[in-house]
Amino acid sequence: MADRDRQEGEHPNGSVYRVAGALTITRAATTQREIDALPDPLTIDLSEINRMDTVGAWIIYRTVRDRGAKVIGASRDEVSLLEQVGEFDKPARVLPEEPGGAIRVFKELGEWVVETGTTLVGLLGFFGATLIGFANVIRRPRRFRVNAVIQRFDVVGVRALGIIGLMSFLIGIVIAQQGSVQLAQFGAQIYTINLIGRITVRELGTLMTAIMVAGRSGSAFAAQLGTMKITEEIDAMRTIGVSPVEALVIPRIISAVVMMPLLSFWAMLMALLGGGVFVWFSLEIPPITYIQRLQEVTPITDLWVGLIKAPVFGFIIALAGCFQGMLVEGNSEEVGTRTTTAVVQSIFMVIVLDSVFAVFFSNIGWI
Amino acid sequence: MTEIPKKLDPRTVPDGCKPVIEVRGLRNSFGEQVIHQDLDLTVCRGEILGVVGGSGTGKSVLLRSIIGLQTPDEGAIDVLGENMIGRDEDEAKNIRRRWGILFQNGALFSTLTVAENVEVPIREYFPHLKPPLLDEIASYKIAMGGLPANAGPKFPSELSGGMIKRAGLARALALDPELLFLDEPTAGLDPIAAAAFDELIRSLQKRLDLTVFLITHDLDTLHSICDRIAVLADKKVVAVGTIPELLALDHPWIQEYFNGPRGRAAADSYEHEVTA
Repeated sequence: MADRDRQEGEHPNGSVYRVAGALTITRAATTQREIDALPDPLTIDLSEINRMDTVGAWIIYRTVRDRGAKVIGASRDEVSLLEQVGEFDKPARVLPEEPGGAIRVFKELGEWVVETGTTLVGLLGFFGATLIGFANVIRRPRRFRVNAVIQRFDVVGVRALGIIGLMSFLIGIVIAQQGSVQLAQFGAQIYTINLIGRITVRELGTLMTAIMVAGRSGSAFAAQLGTMKITEEIDAMRTIGVSPVEALVIPRIISAVVMMPLLSFWAMLMALLGGGVFVWFSLEIPPITYIQRLQEVTPITDLWVGLIKAPVFGFIIALAGCFQGMLVEGNSEEVGTRTTTAVVQSIFMVIVLDSVFAVFFSNIGWI
Repeated sequence: MTEIPKKLDPRTVPDGCKPVIEVRGLRNSFGEQVIHQDLDLTVCRGEILGVVGGSGTGKSVLLRSIIGLQTPDEGAIDVLGENMIGRDEDEAKNIRRRWGILFQNGALFSTLTVAENVEVPIREYFPHLKPPLLDEIASYKIAMGGLPANAGPKFPSELSGGMIKRAGLARALALDPELLFLDEPTAGLDPIAAAAFDELIRSLQKRLDLTVFLITHDLDTLHSICDRIAVLADKKVVAVGTIPELLALDHPWIQEYFNGPRGRAAADSYEHEVTA
């Protein structure tokens, strides 16, 4: 259609662009290409068009502006539309200004350093605010929000039982299976039970639970608080006189601190069960022998090691989640990035602390 | 309550009217709660139709039904001569590119700058447009929306409420629509900004020959720019007409709305302006 509607011709005084039909956004790309292909001086003949929208008018306008083209055959309406779009010729940038090259590298590096610094200071400040919040709650126990905490217990703890139990059960099987394959080389398959008992109770039960809670609840804390920040709910709370730390952060921290040891213990039991099922069917060690052997080889201190770490991990996960949530500002994308950061930070800190705990407990003789 | 005269009946199509939106026998409900029942409305080409109604009378639901975000229980809706109910996405796209919508809170994409927001519909429908022309188009649309050029590279979170509305309007105008839907365009603006926004809508409507469907609570907007006003009450449009025509009815809600203290004040200031 476009081919029939337009004609280009050599004119004694340069080229002529003649459009017919509708000069609208639908044909904008083609029209611009055709105009670009014609040499100066250019005359545009609009006598045969029947419809023009602002994009069509803009293309004509910019050709006149940039190339000094002459427009002929325009009706009164078209002339007025051309004048009107001309009034709106105020070039705007599409993206914010960015410095280029080396300066940008330094700028981004600098921003990163400053941001990391402020995040650390902010986290410290947030930790302090949380302690003050706890102190206030202890001073005035009536302000403690029992319902909020119990509701969190349900979300963080009870609803996680299924997935954490299943995960631990499978991990128990994997440890037993891999352990028995390796130990069989020395004919020491019976030591599979030592492996299962000590590694799940002392390390993996708590660690895997912490990772699961960080992914399930730490991320939820960050997203919930971040969304409340965007919708100004947190500002509203402050102006009413409700402290967001007391109302939102403390229930979440308490729930994570209380639920982590319970979930860890559950995870240990399920992993032992998984290992037990495997040794029963694969190594033909009956359950009663398995339980007796577990009691003999796993010292009670292993259980303390596992359970002492759990509330600390819970505290870190909840703190990082709430802190990142409170940092959200501006747009919805930030909720996503802050949530990711919360999960990554809490898992990282959990693993760092876990190694510190490992050294500490070994040194005090709980080997 | 008197009978609604035939001229103001929502089922009557005015003389010389080319319908752009036609709603017939619309019914909407959420669970047990019926929002609309036997709702009729015609919007004519080239007019600014204001829709008023108390809170909760389903103004926004009506808008969402017309633009296809909500499927009604019953009824027929024609927009720009096309039936809107039960169409597939591809067909609907052809109608969608012929209208522009300004949502109540702007609904700008928060991760894109104002200029990029304006470019979104253009890129979607005309992917062949190249950046220099595309950016220029975005620039003049931003200027048309009444924003300064330095608003282009800003993110929505950096804009004031009035600027967000203007940016939303610039995006609604991106594809040179024939039909413009505005959901409470002046809500949340100060009176000066609201008057300027009314003026902007009026002048754009004249320049670009737009049909405007406007939901509002703003009595000043109704007086100054609306050609006709549709009153939503009792789950349907009870009457459509100019303010003097509506005032002649003795419908309780209409009387209270236009003759209440705020209604009188708006009418007085408007008369004052016209006679001065």
